[in-house]
Amino acid sequence: MNQRMFVVVGAAAVLMFAFAPLMIAWAPYESTMGLVQKVFYFHVPAWFVMFLAIFVSGIASAVHLAKDRPAADRLALSAAELATLFGAIGLITGPLWARKSWGVWWQWDARLTMAIILELIFVAYLLLRKYGGAGSDKLAAGLALFGMANVPFLYISVNVWRTIHPRTSVVPTLGPGMFGAFWWCVVAFLLLFVVVVAARTRLEEQRARVDDLHLALEDY
Amino acid sequence: MTRFFQVAWLVMRKDLRVESRSWEMVSTTLFFAASTVLVFAFAFVRAGRAVDGAAPGILWIALAFSGTLALGRAFERERHQDALRGLLMAPVERSAIYCGKLMGIVLLMGAAELLVVLAVALTFQAPLLRHPFYLTALLATGTVGFAAVGTLFAAMLLRTQSRGVLLPIILYPVTFPVLIAGVGGTVALVQADPNLELVRFWVALLCFFDAVFLVLSLWTFEPVMTE
Repeated sequence: MNQRMFVVVGAAAVLMFAFAPLMIAWAPYESTMGLVQKVFYFHVPAWFVMFLAIFVSGIASAVHLAKDRPAADRLALSAAELATLFGAIGLITGPLWARKSWGVWWQWDARLTMAIILELIFVAYLLLRKYGGAGSDKLAAGLALFGMANVPFLYISVNVWRTIHPRTSVVPTLGPGMFGAFWWCVVAFLLLFVVVVAARTRLEEQRARVDDLHLALEDY
Repeated sequence: MTRFFQVAWLVMRKDLRVESRSWEMVSTTLFFAASTVLVFAFAFVRAGRAVDGAAPGILWIALAFSGTLALGRAFERERHQDALRGLLMAPVERSAIYCGKLMGIVLLMGAAELLVVLAVALTFQAPLLRHPFYLTALLATGTVGFAAVGTLFAAMLLRTQSRGVLLPIILYPVTFPVLIAGVGGTVALVQADPNLELVRFWVALLCFFDAVFLVLSLWTFEPVMTE
C-alpha cells in the first residue's frame, strides 16, 4: 500500500470513528435491552474483523509455507496480532453486554466457546513467534493454517450444543435506524483493520531491512 | 505409493525396535496415564462415591495428557546425535517419515487408551464397555486426529528451546474439536439411555476432522522441516 492510499484510508477510518458515536446515539433503542444493546455496534464488527484477520493470516501462512515468501509471513504475523486484538475487544465487550442482558458474565454456548478457542489459537501463535526461537516463522505459519482450517470444525462441533447467543439472522432484520449505524461501524472497523495491518506489516518489513543491513555490515 | 508406505513402515519399525530394547516410553506413558486417572479419582470422589457424569471428560483428559507426553518424548529420541538430520537426509519423501512417526504414536496412545478405559470404568463405575464397537470407533478416530496434529507440532518444535511447554500450548486449542467430539460421543454412549445416533454423528465429524488434518499435516510437514 503506498503512502497516499495509506493516508486516505487512515483519514477515512478516523473520520468514520469520529462520527460513529453520533450514528450510534441516533440509532433507536432496542425494545428489550435498551441502552446496553448499543455495544452491539462495536461488538459485532470486532468479530467480523477478527474472522477476516484469521483468514488473512491463514492464507498468508499457507503462501509462506508453499513459496517461502517473507512478505507473506510478515502479513500473517500482522494479521494474527490483529486477530488477537479484535478478538480481545469482542471478548471484553461481549461479557459486558452479557452481564446486563443475560445476567451472567459468561456462558458455554456455541459462539462464545468458538470465540475463545480461536483467540487461544492466535495467542498461541504469538507465543510461538516470540519464544520459538529460530525458524519459528514456519512453525507459526503451520499453526495459523491449522487455526484457519479449524474454523468450520469448531463451528459445527460447538454448534451441536444449544445456544442462547443471538442468531446471525438478527443482522438482516435490523430496523432502518440500526441498519445504518451497524454497517457504518462495520466499514469503520474494516478500514481500521486495513490501515493497522498495513502499518504493522511495514514495520516488520523495516525491521527485516535493518537486520539485513546489520548482517551486511558485519560481513564488511 | 508402495514406496511411501514401505518407508513409513520402516520408520515405524525402527521406532518399535528401539522401544522394544528398553520399553521406557511405553511403561512410563502407561504409568503416567494410570496416575492421571487416579489424580482425578481422588479429586472427584465424594464420600467414597465418584461424582456422576465425570467419566467421559476424565477419559479424554487422561488421553490428551498422556498423548502430549508421548508426543514430546517420541521426538526427543530424534534429537540425540542428530538422528533427525539423518532421517531428513534420507532420499525418501518426508511425508512418509511423518506417516511412520504417526503410526508409532497412534500405537502408543492405543496402548494407553486400553489402560485408561479400564481404569476409568473401574474407578468411576462408568458403563464404558457397554457398546465396545462405538467406543472403539470414537477412540480410534479421536486418537488419529489428536496424533495427526500432535505429530506435526512435536516435529516442528523439535529444535525449539521451550518445546516442553509450547507443545501443549499450541496443540490443545487446535485439537479442541477432537476433545469436544470425543467427550460428546462418550457422554451419549454412557448415559442411561444411549443416543447412538448422536454417537454416529460425532464419529463422522471425527472422521472428517482426521481426513482434513491428515492431509494438511502431510502437506505442511515438508516445508516446516526444512531449515
